[in-house]
Amino acid sequence: MSDVIVVGAGMVGAACAYYAARAGLDVTVVDRGPVAGGTTGAGEGNVLVSDKEPGPELELALLSNRLWHSLAEAGDFEFEPKGGLVVAETEEVQRALVGLAGKQGVEHAVVAASELRDLEPHLAEGLAGGVLYPQDAQVQPMLAAARLLELGARSYGHGALRLRLGVTVTGFVRSGDRVTGVRTSQGDILGGAVVNASGTWGGEVAALAGVHLPILPRRGFILVTEPLPPMIRHKVYTAAYVTNVASDSAGLETSAVVESTQAGTVLIGASRERVGFDRTTSVPVLARLAAQAVALFPALRDVRAIRSYHGFRPYCPDHLPVIGPDPRAPGLYHACGHEGAGIGLAPATGHLMAQLLTGAAPDLDPQPFRPDRFPEEPQ
Amino acid sequence: MSGFRHDLVVVGGGPAGVAGALTAALAGLRVALVDSSARLGGQYFRHSRAAQDAPGGAPELDGFLRRGRALAERADLLLGHRVWHVSREDGGLAVHCVTPDEQPLTVRGARLLIATGAHDRVVPFPGWDLPGVLTAGGAQALLKGSGVLAGRRAVVAGTGPFLLPVAAGLAGAGADVLAVYEAARGLGLARHPVLALGKAGEAAGYALALARHRVPYLTRRAVVAAHGDGALEAVTVARIDAGWNVVDTRVVECDTLAVGHGFVPQIELGVELGCGTRADADGSPVLVVDAAQRTTVPGVWAAGEPTGVGGWRLAEVEGRVAGHAVAAEHRASTRASTRASTGAPAVSGGGHGAPRALLARRRGMRAFAEALQRAYPVAPGWQGWLRDDTLVCRCEEVPVSRVREAQRLGATDARSIKLLARPGMGWCQGRICGYAVSCLAGEEPRPPKRPIAQPITLGALARSTDEPTTPNTPDE
Amino acid sequence: MTEPFTITVDGRQVAVTPGQTIGAALHAAGIRSWRSTRFCGRPRGLFCGIGVCFDCLVSVNGRPAERACLREAAPGDEVTTS
Repeated sequence: MSDVIVVGAGMVGAACAYYAARAGLDVTVVDRGPVAGGTTGAGEGNVLVSDKEPGPELELALLSNRLWHSLAEAGDFEFEPKGGLVVAETEEVQRALVGLAGKQGVEHAVVAASELRDLEPHLAEGLAGGVLYPQDAQVQPMLAAARLLELGARSYGHGALRLRLGVTVTGFVRSGDRVTGVRTSQGDILGGAVVNASGTWGGEVAALAGVHLPILPRRGFILVTEPLPPMIRHKVYTAAYVTNVASDSAGLETSAVVESTQAGTVLIGASRERVGFDRTTSVPVLARLAAQAVALFPALRDVRAIRSYHGFRPYCPDHLPVIGPDPRAPGLYHACGHEGAGIGLAPATGHLMAQLLTGAAPDLDPQPFRPDRFPEEPQ
Repeated sequence: MSGFRHDLVVVGGGPAGVAGALTAALAGLRVALVDSSARLGGQYFRHSRAAQDAPGGAPELDGFLRRGRALAERADLLLGHRVWHVSREDGGLAVHCVTPDEQPLTVRGARLLIATGAHDRVVPFPGWDLPGVLTAGGAQALLKGSGVLAGRRAVVAGTGPFLLPVAAGLAGAGADVLAVYEAARGLGLARHPVLALGKAGEAAGYALALARHRVPYLTRRAVVAAHGDGALEAVTVARIDAGWNVVDTRVVECDTLAVGHGFVPQIELGVELGCGTRADADGSPVLVVDAAQRTTVPGVWAAGEPTGVGGWRLAEVEGRVAGHAVAAEHRASTRASTRASTGAPAVSGGGHGAPRALLARRRGMRAFAEALQRAYPVAPGWQGWLRDDTLVCRCEEVPVSRVREAQRLGATDARSIKLLARPGMGWCQGRICGYAVSCLAGEEPRPPKRPIAQPITLGALARSTDEPTTPNTPDE
Repeated sequence: MTEPFTITVDGRQVAVTPGQTIGAALHAAGIRSWRSTRFCGRPRGLFCGIGVCFDCLVSVNGRPAERACLREAAPGDEVTTS
């Protein structure tokens, strides 16, 4: 029997398991698939503080950013603190960006139009300026999740962190009201607490415990180019990305997010659509992503796209993640619904979860993330 | 179904595609055929420009070229066009291409025939990325398409009957072919139970050619390593057992190795459309088709290797069957819309419009193809040839050790190995290493997902939704 | 166009028979590798020969990453390798 069972071996589950093990808890991680087989492997690996309005998510992001830096020193995975450059197409947008940066209280530098190309030589002409966020970073999320699990297992005593892959959770073991384990395709696994870190599928896992979590998929496509010599130094995106991140629109939204990776490819995002789990590739979406990237970096016009992929980001109606104990099912905790920011927010989520599990005073007020903040599903 | 510029769009200009397109065009359908090569032919009928300009060579090729000319008079041929994506659109199919000058072009039709052929399958071994090591098909393409000999001192190795024409071709063009090393068991060509069937004549012809050039054909042998400093200088040839485990080895000096371990059917366009797949006799995922070569997706047909590797003759028969079936459905839907009846698209049931004799031939050839696949299996012992530093993925330069490391970290399937260690993330998108990675993961190869099937410039991609038209026919 | 012609490969003249691919012309001229991989600098040339493996990439007339095995050589083509 473990102290904690973490359901989901993605980035968030890995962080929850790592910090729980570090706090001295015995942890078992179960996943129906392999490590990092869901949304973790279908995004860009964003670790951003720049794209968030002031508020609880930004607090979480700032804590997470600090934790990422220390994890990167311990773990053997790609982590690039390359900085994010948000660019504005018009003077008006630039004023709004500068205003937001002032409110965020995040380390930043306002970049005049004339200085943009010192930072990014290939940027298009005619941009009105931008804001540079040095703390923004890029991580290879699949490897980070896998390495973090390994690090937790290696560093915190034999057997403190066990990984059980290919095991599907089919229900919960209850003792009265209390959740005392999970029923799985390979028998019951008992634990003192269960952490639901199943990302986009978090709502389904919660439903197995009879509780409602309104987590829905939001589809995003990414284009990948041929490998190139280093060309883009920062994570570069347009101001529209910030507004889209917080948008409630159900329709297609796209904004340019462009960056080089250590593998040499350029990743191009980002699109957001609410179309359920539709896996059909959309040529119009890919065309828009390509057009926006070329508008930002004209030199990309003759560069070839060689791949595309898509993922389903788990979002909640208020765009905040769900982190903490569920009073409707004692013993059940949630750590999911991070939308497009799950990689960036994972360490703080895991850290906070470990504090909640051990009864330590949390570094952040978890109230805004409580699982029972949503109205019950209308019957 | 009348709103489309074409009644049928065919992807692939090999034996299956040309047969399907020509059959449909002769039945009066408006047909477009798209192929990435400058000339029709696919892999089998790949030919030099000289052969095209001055026919009079091999009778089979002459026949194909004749059909190609007949097709050119009756259909839109879009050669040098690479298909990067296919999608369903307004009740029909949209074939998204890149033109030879890198422009986007979408070809729309009521129906689609997937005839995209196959490419060589090669399992990795130490040194397999040295210059001078080519796929068997690559060595043959060089010779057939450009009249260039892959090398002077050549070894042909791998498994399957395809090694014979490759060796015969190289020897006939003047290469010193040191040997053909066939991994399968030694029954002797003439006595091989499968080859003793209908195709014996062809195999015997190649065997004769090899004998004439004094090329030994040695079975239960494999090239298990290639050596050289910057280019191939020698190979290690092993005697192997039925599981492909090494019994003993010797070194053979050569400058060229042509190697192939079967074929990989190219099915990604069908997968992208949601067509059902199945594992072929050799484990390769192939598209499921019915007696009329229809896939599980309405409006989409497939013929040739994507429905199961079986060689050009079977491919051509399947192409003809598909062409007949497409024409029959076209007639039925035209009749239905003329009558302006219920409005539901007419789908022909059992009737597929193909002559009975054709169907019987296909049946026999399919059984033969399956028997061949079973007679030349890839056995798992090749994994014992690998060293830690042997590249699995040539594009991303992923060695065996990194694949093993990913597995240790919790990558339990081929997809998660790819996510953690990057094999298959590069230029070829796992076409070359996909089979090997699946084997190392301990699973059968899964249907490939390649939404962008061919590289396309971002500039062309950005404009790929701008242009609504397909090109005019030459006679317009 | 049936007369042999030449193309330039990294400044060197290479003879071409009309209809040959750039990769075939290089191979016929005894040049069997013309690219170095980006991580380990391994030499690469033709492998699959039919446009599948992307080992044989060259720049043609300033356009990078063309598959030498697919692209037919045209008189005066300027090919550069990396």
